[in-house]
Amino acid sequence: MSPRPDSTANGRSRRIPVVAIVSAALLAFVAICALAQEIIAPKALEQDIYLGVVGGGVDGHLFGTDQLGRDILQLSLAGARSALAGPVVVAVGSMLIGFFLGTYAGYRGGIVDMLAGRYADLLLALPAVLLAIVVAGLVGRGYWVTVVVLIVLFSPSDVRLVRGAVIEQAPRPYIESARVLGIRPSRIMFRHIAPNIVPIVVANLLLNVAFALVALSSLSYLGLGVPPGAPDWGRQLADGRQLLGDNPLAAVVPGVLIILTATAVNLLGDWLSDLLDRRVVAR
Amino acid sequence: MLAFVLRRAGATLLLLLALSLLVFGLLYLAPGDVARNLLGTRNVTPEALAQIRARYHLDDPFLQQYWRWLTHAVTGDFGTSIRTGRPIGPLMLEKTGITAATAGLAFLLSVLVGVPAGIATAVRRGRWLDRVLVTVSVVGVSAPGFAIGLLLLYVFALGLGWFPIYGTGEGFLDSLWHLALPAVALALGLGAFVVKLTRAAVIRELDQDYVTFARGRGLSEGATLRIVLRNAAIPIVTSLGLMVAYLFGGTVLIEVTFALPGLGSLMEESVLFKDIPVVQALTLAVAFVVSAAAFLVDLSYLLIDPRVRARAVRR
Repeated sequence: MSPRPDSTANGRSRRIPVVAIVSAALLAFVAICALAQEIIAPKALEQDIYLGVVGGGVDGHLFGTDQLGRDILQLSLAGARSALAGPVVVAVGSMLIGFFLGTYAGYRGGIVDMLAGRYADLLLALPAVLLAIVVAGLVGRGYWVTVVVLIVLFSPSDVRLVRGAVIEQAPRPYIESARVLGIRPSRIMFRHIAPNIVPIVVANLLLNVAFALVALSSLSYLGLGVPPGAPDWGRQLADGRQLLGDNPLAAVVPGVLIILTATAVNLLGDWLSDLLDRRVVAR
Repeated sequence: MLAFVLRRAGATLLLLLALSLLVFGLLYLAPGDVARNLLGTRNVTPEALAQIRARYHLDDPFLQQYWRWLTHAVTGDFGTSIRTGRPIGPLMLEKTGITAATAGLAFLLSVLVGVPAGIATAVRRGRWLDRVLVTVSVVGVSAPGFAIGLLLLYVFALGLGWFPIYGTGEGFLDSLWHLALPAVALALGLGAFVVKLTRAAVIRELDQDYVTFARGRGLSEGATLRIVLRNAAIPIVTSLGLMVAYLFGGTVLIEVTFALPGLGSLMEESVLFKDIPVVQALTLAVAFVVSAAAFLVDLSYLLIDPRVRARAVRR
């Protein structure tokens, strides 16, 4: 990461930038919607077939309704749950695999390293989203199936990241001396090296969440993620595509929500990785 | 130098072979019976089922099936589509044009805008133009293409009426007009990625000692920048290779959004219908194009970087 002379020179780096605060606030709002879905959006799935699709402002529906007469605002707020739950599980799951496998591959090398490397090479030649579409489409549809598929597809890049960081640490004097002292390799790996690569892991975790959010909503958009009728932004966009003429807000609201949420997660991740990077350098 | 090229070509072929096995194996193991899928909701008699299984060689051992598929695929014969009953080779070929045009347009757009913008931000690091462009590029990287596509469709096609809502158009200019919105939707994420990468690469070079030295010697800022750009070219070109993979992932969603009858839509329909031969053929084709792009990127190092050239000759 590049140092920013302007912000470090005059000490402004101590202050949390506005962008980060706004992003965190937005994410907090989405998280509250996800956790308290039943309280915040109790009528999300209530259908009104007789009403059908209406535009914004009609009949007390601020953003109108979809083809089943469901309130777009309520549906969008309820969609926060599937927009956060899956991506967080994907990011954490793939990072756990990356952390253990990558640390082992980086420190011990050998067959684990070789296999992990080849696996990553294979997946690099195929776009992750495309492979996810193929696998999710054929293995079976369902939100959590898709989540597992994404963990498998995301983990190689995390393994690679952690492996690189561990290889960078391994020749340093503190590891050398630990080895000379006769400390067990497993203890060196997870007590001595691990704390030093945590910053990279944490920063990358957020970037993974953003990527998983986009991937999962893409799959839902194609009808491969959440089951039909479930509140989900990707799904709403797919439905809204048909309704652009009748109620464009049915597509615009979830579309803007996906873009804002993914951007907020990425901005926060960038800021965090800059911050942790600088701290590691200062150490 | 020839040895370098041959070694890279050999490695690429090996990778493709492994990928073809992976793709075939994955779809071989996929749940669901192809024969039943073929018969659809019609009355399924055991005889009809057996007939279909024999026609598609579904009862052969796995490796035999793989070998038959691979040897045929190499000659361009990918078998028959289950959904349409047509040979897959021509089916794919007739859809390639739209995808290639959209992806090519998006690639051009993102490089022509992304690289200069990345250089501009790197040179003005920390100033307002840099901050604005970097934040915008984060939005571009984050936003999924289909969401952007729908918003573009709403604003520029439905709202303002500047662009057609669907269709592919006839003739060059009309096609360009029809493919403009899909290409922009695809290019936005890509271009943002190019901006970020170019910026990082140029900044890394600007921080090198040789830049300080060049400036100290009294070289003009333009001449210094020329040296910097040449050095920054390698990571940028590498990322252009990676972008090809990204393009293929994105094109499925974009084509579905804009109802373009290209390879991406074919992939979506085939996956939903479990038309496994088509999915296999398409996945292999994508793997081939992506690997070929990576191979070309490797070769381009020889042109860009004299150090790589020297190493390749020495070996």
